Amino acid sequence: MPGSKKKVFFLIFVLGALIFYKSAYAQVVSSADLIRRAKEYDGKSVVYQGEVIGDKMSRGKFVWINVHDGDNALGVWASEELAGNIRVTGAYKHRGDIIRVSGIFNRSCQKHGGDLDIHAQAIDKVSDGIKVKEKISVVKARLVLILAGLSGLIWILIRLKQR
Amino acid sequence: MIPRPDIEDVKAIGYYLGKIILSLSATMVVPLLLGILLGEFSPAMDFMVGIEASLILGLFLTKICFTENDLNWMQGMIVVSLSWVVAMVLAAIPLYLSGHWLSFMDACFDTMSGLTTTGLALVQDMDHLSYSHNLWRHLIMFIGGQGIVIVAVSLFVKGFSGALKMYVGEARDEKILPNVIHGSRFIWLVSVVFLVLGTIALGVTGIVNGLKPFNAFFHGACIFMTAFDTGGFAPQSQSVLYYHSLAYEMITVIIIVLGALNFKLHYHVWNGNFKEMVKNIESRTFFVSILITFSITAVGLHQTGIYPQALVLFRKGFYQLISGHAGTGFQTIYAQQFLSDWNNLALAGMICAMALGGAACSTTGAIKMIRVGIIYKALRQDIKRIILPERVVIVQKFHHIRERFLNDKMVRAALMITLAYLALYAAGAIIGMLCGFSFLESLFESTSAAANVGLSCGITQAGMPAALKVTYMMQMWAGRLEFMSVLTLAGFIVAAVRGK
Repeated sequence: MPGSKKKVFFLIFVLGALIFYKSAYAQVVSSADLIRRAKEYDGKSVVYQGEVIGDKMSRGKFVWINVHDGDNALGVWASEELAGNIRVTGAYKHRGDIIRVSGIFNRSCQKHGGDLDIHAQAIDKVSDGIKVKEKISVVKARLVLILAGLSGLIWILIRLKQR
Repeated sequence: MIPRPDIEDVKAIGYYLGKIILSLSATMVVPLLLGILLGEFSPAMDFMVGIEASLILGLFLTKICFTENDLNWMQGMIVVSLSWVVAMVLAAIPLYLSGHWLSFMDACFDTMSGLTTTGLALVQDMDHLSYSHNLWRHLIMFIGGQGIVIVAVSLFVKGFSGALKMYVGEARDEKILPNVIHGSRFIWLVSVVFLVLGTIALGVTGIVNGLKPFNAFFHGACIFMTAFDTGGFAPQSQSVLYYHSLAYEMITVIIIVLGALNFKLHYHVWNGNFKEMVKNIESRTFFVSILITFSITAVGLHQTGIYPQALVLFRKGFYQLISGHAGTGFQTIYAQQFLSDWNNLALAGMICAMALGGAACSTTGAIKMIRVGIIYKALRQDIKRIILPERVVIVQKFHHIRERFLNDKMVRAALMITLAYLALYAAGAIIGMLCGFSFLESLFESTSAAANVGLSCGITQAGMPAALKVTYMMQMWAGRLEFMSVLTLAGFIVAAVRGK
């Protein structure tokens, strides 16, 4: 029965694809979920993705990085080697590197004073950070000039009246 | 019959309000200069708009309402309560223009939170905020902590006797020195000396912790300003958790405690009277209160089992507690963890600590230690009266700078303000529940707002109902000014409408 054999192969292919899809992408957990369901995730391996913000803080052979996924920033404890690829961190003039961290989630890390953190086992860079070009709003510039003229005028009128 | 306020009342209020607004515009020059220096030109323009708007309003008021008359008590109180509202609006202009706040109301919420040293925030994408806007957020906390009028009185306004009325209106019912202006300058002296020392300590710790040198000192200055003024804003969205540093937490605890002490006590310690620290009713009550509330919180945390190691439990529990008790609002846990990881007992300890606050004539909000101490002494006196024979004369004394006899007037004043705070906490909690939040989270957030603490269990966010935002803003305002000047303003409005 070649027809039914094909159907079985097709079913296995779809199932396999689904399983692969789940293991590859569905494991990325949001910070909101990690905080809300911290008890469930405690001590488990998780995948977390977001932008590196602030400074990469070196502590001996390790570093602390804070990774923001749009809701919250979570602390990630990683070896210098793993974090070596991180070049740009997010601030006013920069969008930081987007990284995907695989590691052990701790609801209250006993090694780090009870912090909710992730101990990285692997870090992949998803995209490079960029320098953000500052935009000057024309409306804002006009507002500055109009208000400067108005405040100057009031000041001059007051000075004239005082004389 | 209520007498309607006359034109002289309005002129005096307008004139001094104008002076305070001009002082505020001068303070915006600091972030403007930083913006120019760091090449943050768009933020610099935001501050130029803010300065110009303040200048226009300030000049207009001082011109239209010019008067040589001094302020009376009623006018002084109204100037204070109005100046906080006007400052909130003007200080919000540069923040709103940055695009990091969803509405002007949200920006006003943050400036009211900053000026009242509360620390609740609705800012969006804080980790990409410019240095100049971030400095402004922390600077308004520093200004608000000292008192907006203190800034005007001590730096920009030449001496006038109305200063005393405004000084009292800003909930500083104790004079440090006989002359209010000298007292205000002493407050600045203490604050600036600690600012330099605190910034150096936090800056060096920041470098050791791996921050870039500029960031280390910028964060150091910002964190100092909001720790000493028991405010709670921080340059990064994770608050103090961002640093992942025990040393940083320890230094901030020291600064927070310094900020929670009475400036009068600072004055005596500065002059070598170290014994006052041990004898003073406020420091003693503060110590006992911390001990009791921390014990409650610690037992609660132990029950949850989230921090199995004693040292870790102490680090997390004590930090949030001292931050809440002193009205600061720094957190080393996420807001949602209060509800998901802490139990009701631990939260009850936190709410009690927040409700009590620090010392009078400090930068903290809430009921304050002197009142708690007086109520305790009055209770003790009454119990003695019941137990001891009737012929025994019972005299209750307490030590606050000098030995004082407890009298009914003191007890009545302490109880009145305490009741007003309890009512304010309850009112906010009821409105929170009306908005659909549970009792405990509503009470937690309401107490945090009214006591000018700034710890959040997750209610405070840009998406919360507008009614709740207005409620918290009113609570922060009334709580910081300790009701009197706000009630005077309400009375003034009633008199203007219904008076004859």
